[in-house]
Amino acid sequence: MDFSHDEEQQALREAVRGLVGKQYSDFELRRQTTKADPGYDETMWARLAEMGVLGLPFGEDDGGSGAGPAEVAIVAEELGRVIAPEPFLTAVVLAGGLVAAAGSPEQRAEVLGALTAGELVPALAHAEPGSRWSPSAESVTASADGDTWTLTGTKEPVPFGAHAGLLVVTAALPDGGTGAFLVQPDAAGLSREGYPLFDGSRAAKVVLDGTPGTPLGAPGLDLTDSIATVMDIGRIVACHEALGAMAYALEATSGYLKSRKQFGVTLNTFQALTFRSADMYVSLELARSVAAWALMVLMTGDRERASDAAARAALQVSRAARHIGQEAIQLHGGIGMTAEYAIGSYTARLTALDHLLGDGDHHLGRLAEVVGQHEDLDPLGA
Amino acid sequence: MKLELSAEDAAFREEMRDFFTTEVPQEIRDTVREGRELSKEQIVESQRVLNAAGLAVPNWPVEWGGQDWSALRRHIWHEELQRACVPIPLAFNASMIGPVIAHFGSEELKQRFLPQTANLDIWWSQGFSEPDAGSDLASLRTTAVRDGDDYVVNGQKTWTTLGQYGDWIFTLVRTDPEVKKQRGISMLLIDMTSPGLTVRPIELIDGGHEVNEVWFEDVRVPAENLVGEENIGWDIAKFLLGNERVGVAPVGATKRILAQAKGFAKEQRGSRGGTLLEDPLVASRFVELENELLALELTALRVVAHSADGKPHPASSVLKLKGTELQQAVSELVVDLAGPASLASGAGDDSALPGWARRSTPTYLNLRKASIYGGSNEVQRQIIARTILGL
Ligand SMILES: Cc1cc2nc3c(=O)[nH]c(=O)nc-3n(C[C@H](O)[C@H](O)[C@H](O)COP(=O)(O)OP(=O)(O)OC[C@H]3O[C@@H](n4cnc5c(N)ncnc54)[C@H](O)[C@@H]3O)c2cc1C
Repeated sequence: MDFSHDEEQQALREAVRGLVGKQYSDFELRRQTTKADPGYDETMWARLAEMGVLGLPFGEDDGGSGAGPAEVAIVAEELGRVIAPEPFLTAVVLAGGLVAAAGSPEQRAEVLGALTAGELVPALAHAEPGSRWSPSAESVTASADGDTWTLTGTKEPVPFGAHAGLLVVTAALPDGGTGAFLVQPDAAGLSREGYPLFDGSRAAKVVLDGTPGTPLGAPGLDLTDSIATVMDIGRIVACHEALGAMAYALEATSGYLKSRKQFGVTLNTFQALTFRSADMYVSLELARSVAAWALMVLMTGDRERASDAAARAALQVSRAARHIGQEAIQLHGGIGMTAEYAIGSYTARLTALDHLLGDGDHHLGRLAEVVGQHEDLDPLGA
Repeated sequence: MKLELSAEDAAFREEMRDFFTTEVPQEIRDTVREGRELSKEQIVESQRVLNAAGLAVPNWPVEWGGQDWSALRRHIWHEELQRACVPIPLAFNASMIGPVIAHFGSEELKQRFLPQTANLDIWWSQGFSEPDAGSDLASLRTTAVRDGDDYVVNGQKTWTTLGQYGDWIFTLVRTDPEVKKQRGISMLLIDMTSPGLTVRPIELIDGGHEVNEVWFEDVRVPAENLVGEENIGWDIAKFLLGNERVGVAPVGATKRILAQAKGFAKEQRGSRGGTLLEDPLVASRFVELENELLALELTALRVVAHSADGKPHPASSVLKLKGTELQQAVSELVVDLAGPASLASGAGDDSALPGWARRSTPTYLNLRKASIYGGSNEVQRQIIARTILGL
């Protein structure tokens, strides 16, 4: 068992940190960036593409670099440290991930090649009003007329859906199961209404009304399992993004306690406050352990264990993110509440990550259902 | 990053599992499994079985009976011990004074004490705390004054765990009252049969007698029983307490008890129909604890993998803090699972109520100690805040 990164992975971390860290260490720049559509910096996106970051998870035949989940997680963690607004998780890991998992060789080469090059930013339109992180689609339905497929219904929230160059839309199939479809932005009967979220990112309501879509992979195939897999991978990556954000939030809070003076002394003179920071550290380290482990389980390729590990990591990180995010604001006092100061945005971002693919209670419920089926947990899996 | 055990490590694990489940007497392991109190003889016997196979003190230097294992193997050894319900080698010997003598002791002290310490021929007690020196250990007052070839010791120690079985006691004593309090402390090894030394039991809230007061009245201790040099006792104590912290988070044992508790919950009827384990509130308590234990075990793996040259990782405070919280939380869950049967602590073995349920409350009460000793959890928070976060 080995938690460490090799030299190449270290180099990747440093390169990404150099790039996004330089830009967004100036929090004001992030603020300005998220104020205007599309909610992120397109020049930064192009630079990430140049660095090869956007093609990390995809096979070389598909235009990617064939790296593994560890590399993807490293990138996510670094983006999380500066809460970079670029849609790496939603466009690359989720939308790209589903195309990689279920697309035909041609679809993969086309979509993933363009995504890797930074030319196309796809969005995954999966969540539906009333659904709670289920891998299947219900209210958006697909119907087939010969080889032509059309989609009808509403998807919302669709992360970065308004400006996406391609929508990957999941839909209930006529014969049961859930399929996925590639929908062009100018398709007939498609309307998109974008809005900003509390964390500065963007989402959209996407209405489909007899909108033509190209089936992803073989027409009519039930992709529920693939969707579930991509969601599990997304959960583990989101955990790493959250780790980056939590680590920064704790550093910023400790730094603040050392510099802020009240009653004639710096705040770190008050043990009631330093102890709360210590507890934040405990939460962070435990979350880091489980997230790193879940990544390693994912790397073994054991689908079922990875799903379980994703839920465990998500539960641990959800609890830690709320604890650290809430305390970070509290220990900063009033300044923590302001939009000019970064710390509140970290808490906002952590809250968004928590609810993107299933919050702590959601995973707790899933795990509680099967708690009687095993005796104890063995992380080394023997 | 890599998850799997190598084939060699997996084989090592099998070997440990095999040894612990076949070579350590079943009756001793049953006592641990059922949460009953071990006798002194059982603790000694179990450690001797391990020592004969080179498995009692793997973290010691090889020349004194240690094993040249990777941190991972040491972890596997520790987990498998607990999993198999084998008593952990007596901490005072195996993880406290043994490593200290091996690190700071003279060649003569090593020869004299280490083999007997590993084999539990000597039962050691820890004489650090005093009535007015608890968390603030450095303010201790027991004095040792040099007189010819001896030190003359006077004072009182308290909370001495299992001191009633102790053959020898390792103590912190004040050898220089003139300097800053941390500077004037030394470590002395004292034969508990020495004239002037008395041990008095203290009763705890669970009704047990595991701790004692130890009094020293003009106890003469040969000067060669000094560990290291005079007045470096504080450095030795920090070294020892760091080791204590790593070992004190009993992840494996807590995991095993939680797994057993699932069995208890399956046997009980829930108040909402079905078994108690099917009650969603109960099931979710299991998952939360199970997940936190998983996080703790993985953190322990990360910490052992990064302890440089045997020095404890600063994050070992996380293990102590969280490890004891979870140990306590699991004991609390077991009391709740027992429900009304948890009241029957005084019932004998012919009770209609199961033993685990009858023992649940005394165990829960007894385990309140875990967040107090070995550096209280507040002290651990202080260490994290100061040394890790720089606050
Ligand atoms: C069952 C048991 C077995 C033990 N076995 C041994 C043994 O074998 N040998 C041995 O030498 N000792 C032993 N101890 C002693 C143990 O190490 C001490 O009890 C411990 O160090 C705490 O000291 P205290 O009890 O004097 O509490 P105090 O130090 O008086 O603390 C009281 C409370 O105040 C908190 N506190 C203290 N200082 C601070 C601070 N600066 N900031 C915030 N909170 C603070 C503590 O955390 C605690 O909650 C044992 C204790 C118990 C309960």
